Amino acid sequence: MLFNRYRRGLFITSFLAAPVILYLVYVISPYIQAFYIAMTDWRGVTATPGFIGLENFVRLFGDRVFWKAVTHNAALLVLLPLFTIVIALFFAFLLNVGGARGVTGIRGSQFYRVVFFFPQVLAVAVVAVLFQQVFRPDGSGMLNGPLMALGAEPIGFLSNPNVAFWSVLGVMVWQAVGFYVVLFSAGLASIPRDMFEAAQIDGAGRLSLFFRITLPLLWDTVQVAWVYLGILALDVFAIVWVMTDQHGGPDWSTTVMAAEIYRNAFQYFRFGYASALGVVMFFFTVGFAILSLRLSRRERIEY
Amino acid sequence: MSDTPHINRRGFLRGAALVPVAGALAACATPAAKPTASASAAPVATSAANPFGMAENKPLEVWIFDGGFGQDYAKNIHQPLFKSKHPNVEIKHNATKEITKVLQPRFAGGNPPDVIDNSGANAMDFGALAQDGQLQDLTALLDAPSWDDPNTKVRDTIDQAVIELGTYDGAFSVVGYVNYIHGIWYSQKVFKDNGWEVPKTWDEFLALCETIKKSGKMAAFTYAGKHPQYLYEPLLTMAAKIGGNEVLVNIDNLEDGAWTTDAMKTAATAWAEIGAKYLMEGTAGLDHVQTQTAQNKLKVAMLPCGSWLENEQKTTTPADFEYGMFPIPDFTGSDKMPYGTLHSQPSENFIVPSKSANPQGGMEYLRAMLSKKAAGDFSELVKTVSVVKGAGEGRELSPGAASATKALTDAGTNLVYYRWRTWYLPLDDEVKAATGELMAGGVKPEAYLERIQKKADEIKNDSSIKKYKR
Repeated sequence: MLFNRYRRGLFITSFLAAPVILYLVYVISPYIQAFYIAMTDWRGVTATPGFIGLENFVRLFGDRVFWKAVTHNAALLVLLPLFTIVIALFFAFLLNVGGARGVTGIRGSQFYRVVFFFPQVLAVAVVAVLFQQVFRPDGSGMLNGPLMALGAEPIGFLSNPNVAFWSVLGVMVWQAVGFYVVLFSAGLASIPRDMFEAAQIDGAGRLSLFFRITLPLLWDTVQVAWVYLGILALDVFAIVWVMTDQHGGPDWSTTVMAAEIYRNAFQYFRFGYASALGVVMFFFTVGFAILSLRLSRRERIEY
Repeated sequence: MSDTPHINRRGFLRGAALVPVAGALAACATPAAKPTASASAAPVATSAANPFGMAENKPLEVWIFDGGFGQDYAKNIHQPLFKSKHPNVEIKHNATKEITKVLQPRFAGGNPPDVIDNSGANAMDFGALAQDGQLQDLTALLDAPSWDDPNTKVRDTIDQAVIELGTYDGAFSVVGYVNYIHGIWYSQKVFKDNGWEVPKTWDEFLALCETIKKSGKMAAFTYAGKHPQYLYEPLLTMAAKIGGNEVLVNIDNLEDGAWTTDAMKTAATAWAEIGAKYLMEGTAGLDHVQTQTAQNKLKVAMLPCGSWLENEQKTTTPADFEYGMFPIPDFTGSDKMPYGTLHSQPSENFIVPSKSANPQGGMEYLRAMLSKKAAGDFSELVKTVSVVKGAGEGRELSPGAASATKALTDAGTNLVYYRWRTWYLPLDDEVKAATGELMAGGVKPEAYLERIQKKADEIKNDSSIKKYKR
């Protein structure tokens, strides 16, 4: 018995050793180092950074651009999950149970399912460069071309500071929706068909079918989606850095925390300060994770 | 069954939530202090032919920024010339567009290469390098005999501005190789065909913009809207022209109210008017390549740029385009600096890391580069003006380079420059952001300058940012 238990432990350890070591070396240890670097004036080149205590954190409170970035992350945290989930739910509903008889998808749903997933397959950098062209402010832009042909003024999707943030949000939603359509479709597939049929026999239309049956039974999956999208909103970087003018501009209108960390580290060579920003971002993310886990603690419906 | 490890959704999410944060933080790792190599002592005795005491058997590692000028000039001009005197030195040539990403870890690790062309958008911050004593003091290079003539010091063969601008903390440590001459660029052919004249005064410039706009043939003016530094350059040069060189000196020195002087207000107001009336449609969302290509396609007449433009556009420029450049026009008859005042600045900056394995070799390489032959061949290959005196003599220059060279000769000593841009990068980003807004009409000239002044004051009061004076 004892031997068995020992063997079992060894068996488990042998599987876990490699990933745990990798995790310690490449995740946990940089974390701890970042906390230390955040308290130095390291500029990235010297081998002996000076220790300056919490000075970087004091400085950070007066950093207008960083707090602007935080508000952008906060806005994304609310808006990105909201738009993505609403649109994805709508599509998933139509693809699975939106058909005329309520138990199948609308016509061509197999085809749409694939099409919706396309953006997910593209690398973020590719999407960013693609949309730079889509958003071009002159006649060769995919959106402004037709607009100008109709005689309208071209819209500075990325060059107007009042519009640029919404362009970024739009691209992120566009890219994320496909995945959540698939996720929600999987969730819908696990809901027994007879529930829909029973509701239909009772005379439920598509709308009440959605709000009374689909949404409550899918709530669990929606919560997962919300957490994933929240994380995506907090650590958004590549799309902003590659797509927007002046990496988070114009006029700081699209910048996010990760972009400011990168800018301070690799452009201003203020690695100490950038690490301090990273530490703050770490606490925001952990805070979000704890909060979302607490809020979503709820009994699931068994069927 | 009860003791089977169970991974539930909650636990999984908890783990998953932490992963992306790690990515952001893992980027940097603490540097490890190494015993410093005592490479600064010359390994062999110095002589006239080998003024830095370079060891002939040590390899030399060279990194070139593979940008507008490419890397062929280093491989085909500089390195063969170096080899002609030092055939036994093995040159390890490298090129990259991402200087920082590739080389910053080398500095942190204590084994930087011997020569770096620290240029481009992803160059390393000279201030950070200087602050940490990573730059080799190149005073010995200035005092060494020149490659061509043992009786002339290198110091006397290059433009004075190179020494002035390459000095950090009292030590000359950065060699700007190219003389960037800034101005308004146009097609000499287009101007001739349409009977347009190069404007000498601001009123003439506005009138010309109006004429071009009314002609319906093309837009009058554009700039790289995505990169507003292309526009703050003529704005600052104009302010210096109106108010004198001290306008820029005060800005560089972070003097109180340096940005909000009358000269700056006049210049900002003048350019805001161009922004409101004469910009090519969509300018704000286009980058330098797109606007410059629009000029090549005759969609716009003029744009502000530097003397690298001609080489950068060589693949899209029509054969008979004939680039030309004119200086910032007189704003009033009483401008402090005369017509022809130019912003010229040595650039394409070469450094020798002090902690490299072979800094003597690095300096010798720079000495070769600063020879007349190397600089002349370079000018011809990349269509630009180098900082080596007389290197362009007798060479066949392209129309744009010839025009810029003539403007430089005409300007004489009326040259201005500014350094805050490389000294205080956060200020640069703020001025870019604000200038974009100014040209788009989102902010009035006074508010524009106040906003920048605020950032300048912030930097002045930030003890962690090293301050420079000129």
